Amino acid sequence: MRWLWIDAFVAFESGRRASAVKNITLGEDYLADHFPGYPVFPPSLMIEGMAQTAGILVGEARGFRENVILAKIRRAEIEAYAYPGDQVRYDAQLDSLDERAGVTSGTLWKNGGQVGRVDLIFSHVNQAESPLDLPEHNFVFSGSFVSLLQSFQAAGGSTDGEFHGR
Amino acid sequence: MAPSHDAVFLKVREVLSDALGVEQEDVSPDATLQGDLGAESIDFLDIVFRLEKAFAIKIPKGELFPDEILNNPAYVDGDRMTTAGLETLKAAMPHADFADFEKAPFVAKVPDLFTVRTIVNYVEGKLQAAAA
Repeated sequence: MRWLWIDAFVAFESGRRASAVKNITLGEDYLADHFPGYPVFPPSLMIEGMAQTAGILVGEARGFRENVILAKIRRAEIEAYAYPGDQVRYDAQLDSLDERAGVTSGTLWKNGGQVGRVDLIFSHVNQAESPLDLPEHNFVFSGSFVSLLQSFQAAGGSTDGEFHGR
Repeated sequence: MAPSHDAVFLKVREVLSDALGVEQEDVSPDATLQGDLGAESIDFLDIVFRLEKAFAIKIPKGELFPDEILNNPAYVDGDRMTTAGLETLKAAMPHADFADFEKAPFVAKVPDLFTVRTIVNYVEGKLQAAAA
């Protein structure tokens, strides 16, 4: 199973910005423990959802050539809980991008109201340059992340030109 | 015209405070980024991006933090930098103060070269070159 914390892209503008949504359902296992009798979507998973939205934005901008690794959480301010039945939306903007890294800033929304900000830095990791023993294939954008974007395109979204809603 | 030394310092102080999550008063000219301000490796990349934005400059890879020299085993002999390594590093980092380091160029002391003043000197050099 892939650790997927966004359900779908709702907008994607290549190299500029992306929006994705996550619908929180009571059937998700972790909500039984977080917290028993009081299910709350963990704020840490909001950061992960933003990281996936922004990470795909960064990866797509360079044709998914590199592995894109979350390197630093520059800022994370989350001002409200989200509960089963809520929809969380992640709006990510690509602030800068080069061969070393991508920098994004983002806003978090719950049912249409802004509830936070998450700014991130992603490193580009090339297998040939890395001192780490990484697999030869692109282990970040191997399947389900890319298919999320393909689903968006299949639903009529475009990754170039104007900011498209779904 | 390039901004004054004080103006550059104040902006660098703000950048480092934001990037490293430290109080601005702790960002003194002699403070070392790693030892005094707690910078980790990824923070250097964050600092580069923030400086580029704050001063509208472009910082090529390895110019402010020449990690390719620092990570080159050919420039290390035991726990010290070789003479060639030291000269290469000095040439690559005219913005750093080597007075103490070159007396005993221990590899473990390399992080002490990266002080707040080193960053200010580097930015001033970039801005002066751009204004010339």
